[in-house]
Amino acid sequence: MQDYFYALADFIDQQLQNEEVYLCELIAEQSDFIRFNKGKVRQPSSVEQRYLEIDLIKGQRHTLGQLALSGNTSSDYEQVKHLLSALRDQLRDIPDDPYLLYATEVQSTESIGLNELPEPEDALTITDTIQGHDFVGLYAAGSLFTGFANSLGQRNWHSHDSFNLDWSFYHDKDKAVKSAYAGFKWEQAAFEKRITQSLAQLEWLKQTPRTIEPGQYRVYLAPTALYEIIKLLSWGGFGLKAQRTKDSPLLRMLEEPAQHLHPNINLIENTTKGLAPAFQSEGFIKPAQVPLITSGVYKSALISPRSAKEYKVETNGANEDESPNSLDLAPGDLQQDQILKALDTGIYINNLWYLNYSDRAACRITGMTRFASFWVENGEIKAPLNVMRFDETLYNMLGKKLLALTAERAFLMETDTYEVRSTGSTRLPGALIDGFTFTL
Amino acid sequence: MKNEELIKQRFKQVMPQLDFCSLRYIEARSEALQVRQNIAQPPTSKHDMGLMITVIERGGGLGYAATSDFSVEGLRNAISRAKRWAESSRDKMITDFSKIKMPHAQGEYASVVEKSWDSLSLADKLDLLHRESAQCKINDKIVDWQASLESVQTEQLYLTNQGGEIRQSHDYLIPNVGVTANQGIETQYRSFGGLDYGWQGGLEILEQTDFVGKGHKVAEEALQLLAAPDCPVQKMDLMLAPNQMILQIHESIGHPIELDRILGDERNYAGTSFVTLDMFGHYQYGSPLLNVTFDPTISTELASYGFDDEGLPAEKTYLIRHGILKRPLGGIVSQARAGLAGVANARASSWNRPPIDRIANLNVEPGESRFEEMIRSIERGILMKTNLSWSIDDSRNKFQFGCEWGQLIENGELTQVVKNPNYRGISATFWRNLKQVGNADTLEVFGLLTCGKGEPNQAIRVGHASPTCVFSNVDVFGGV
Repeated sequence: MQDYFYALADFIDQQLQNEEVYLCELIAEQSDFIRFNKGKVRQPSSVEQRYLEIDLIKGQRHTLGQLALSGNTSSDYEQVKHLLSALRDQLRDIPDDPYLLYATEVQSTESIGLNELPEPEDALTITDTIQGHDFVGLYAAGSLFTGFANSLGQRNWHSHDSFNLDWSFYHDKDKAVKSAYAGFKWEQAAFEKRITQSLAQLEWLKQTPRTIEPGQYRVYLAPTALYEIIKLLSWGGFGLKAQRTKDSPLLRMLEEPAQHLHPNINLIENTTKGLAPAFQSEGFIKPAQVPLITSGVYKSALISPRSAKEYKVETNGANEDESPNSLDLAPGDLQQDQILKALDTGIYINNLWYLNYSDRAACRITGMTRFASFWVENGEIKAPLNVMRFDETLYNMLGKKLLALTAERAFLMETDTYEVRSTGSTRLPGALIDGFTFTL
Repeated sequence: MKNEELIKQRFKQVMPQLDFCSLRYIEARSEALQVRQNIAQPPTSKHDMGLMITVIERGGGLGYAATSDFSVEGLRNAISRAKRWAESSRDKMITDFSKIKMPHAQGEYASVVEKSWDSLSLADKLDLLHRESAQCKINDKIVDWQASLESVQTEQLYLTNQGGEIRQSHDYLIPNVGVTANQGIETQYRSFGGLDYGWQGGLEILEQTDFVGKGHKVAEEALQLLAAPDCPVQKMDLMLAPNQMILQIHESIGHPIELDRILGDERNYAGTSFVTLDMFGHYQYGSPLLNVTFDPTISTELASYGFDDEGLPAEKTYLIRHGILKRPLGGIVSQARAGLAGVANARASSWNRPPIDRIANLNVEPGESRFEEMIRSIERGILMKTNLSWSIDDSRNKFQFGCEWGQLIENGELTQVVKNPNYRGISATFWRNLKQVGNADTLEVFGLLTCGKGEPNQAIRVGHASPTCVFSNVDVFGGV
């Protein structure tokens, strides 16, 4: 795939006219998906896709076009020629773009992972391991490719081969345990260990569930639950454009008198420890780390080239949407075996679900508990919890009501497969919080 | 030769002897234009095309393979890949797919387009957006604004190994104008288009939706919101405009009655449902005023089509009549698994995903009440417009929604504008509190562009039409 893409880039080079410049990005995958329900296979599929985006630039004018390519060089070259011609026609009718910015310093990079994945059909044996249980979920695996090239001669390549099995074991109705096993090389023993762990949690869900009244409760958010909050914040929370246009949910951390989070909150975009490419579609290379919140205080933003030009600052290689790909929240000191004791009486929440802002400017967030959440009394799990709606501000959750973060963190590989398999990942501790507000 | 003809010819050439084999080809072209803060953003265009092969083998195995390689070799490889899945999964499938009678229909569908996207030049379209953008900055408190237009055109070909042949073409138009108003730590939004509206058709949609002049209107309303008090915290009558009703219908009727959810397919991702198979035919979903249809026949609505993506012909069907739940949203596979009649709603987001049960056009039918009468009948209530925030539990019961615009109704009159209007409730009881349904004059057609569901994930266009409706005794509240 790398040779194919570089040859394609050379071909685009040859097609340029006059003073044209191009930037192009390839996003491709060869993926296998197996969808499970009730311990059986629902839909097995294979997908091979290649998308090429070309940004054709002349002076300060530019226009972008994306193509689905077949992998057959001759027909793909014809398509690319056709696209370049259409983009060239458009250039005549559009004004200069004052915020156009692309990398002019050539920095070629290459990152290629090993393919140690099993044969796609081998994954069907998952049904043997989970036999007799109500197992539902998705196995997604295969090769992911991202390439960048420009007419200045820069070439960047990032590919890896990974799998992500994301599943739930159901007891009854909405009572279930969610878990995942993801990585680069399938280890049956490691998988079976995860299965054993989630089946053990499932036993707790067989007890009579408890319904609590709306009110304020002490809660423990497991890393998978805290992930949902961090993921929502990523929707406009860390980008410069959202901050300058007052759209950021962290607005009250930015405006005087500023509100802050707990001093133990240290959040960075940690590109070197993530799985996403370290380059972006204008050819800039991302720094190893960008500190976003330091000791609870807003530190810096993710800045795309476009925002950099608009707001007259330096870019830090953020993608166009200025959302993070490799967030990393620093650990605290709460030991794993002390979580229930520290929670004492309250709610142990493994998963949250369907979060949104009920007051975006105030960063007030609503959402639901989901999957395995438990009522805990005196440090002991007493009963599974019927789902509850919460409505709480970030300044409470990770601010004045945050009691502790765990010392152990989870590395969560994103399971999103909208259009393409995600390369995002997040490293998070769990959080112990006092007076967390439930409303329904 | 057009791709469709070439693919048809090659499919015939390479089609193996199988119980069932289909080819679903999709070609989509789109163009997006935006003017932000009076500056034209670079235009973006997309040309996507690919096909998915479906194979069902004796013994009940099922397999899918997707490719954008349309060569004879490419098709052979995709069929072989799908066949391998069908063979290797045969003993592990959730149902015996070979017992499901897949359709082999023939037919066509095309969007009604009066004014094509290309009938206006790129420069003219940018001019139109510039004019809307220029109306937005009416005050320094307007801190961001944009106007945009997107056109999507799709061609679909569906072929089966027993002569099925369906051709469908769709044209969509997605106009949007949005502004952000800010003062200190307060930010308010007002838009035409909310988070996502869209219609089927051409540029004539701009006239039908009164797009021109929306820039000034939304800017004025954003400033009104910025100066308004917070929405009160109270139980009161809630009047929902059609552009919020669509979200209410979508989340608390559409998703709960999807048959694949009820059958458990979505439990690891989109969730389950409080609706169970035994409820169909008698369950009191809403008040007797509630009539809900699956209606693929409204030409401007986003999910109007002739056939679903498994070749089933689509026709208008009542799913809830006089408040009673009659029928689920389930395509041919789910119907066979559940033993229930459904509708033609097995749909795929694109060529690279298999069909699953989707909300399509799901509409609340108009009632008898006139808008003015509904307002006059409310002693203490609130009108909410344009969705801003949405959240619901995985069984589709406990919901909380927020809107851009709120306006109190006091003693039969619309009065004070309020900001941050939110409400919460429980689906299973909320619809039974439906106390007035607006007449056809209050009905509007909208849609949502990115309904998410499925593993692997699929975002799809859905349509919703609704009159203005009034619900009693709803928990309403504002911001921090």
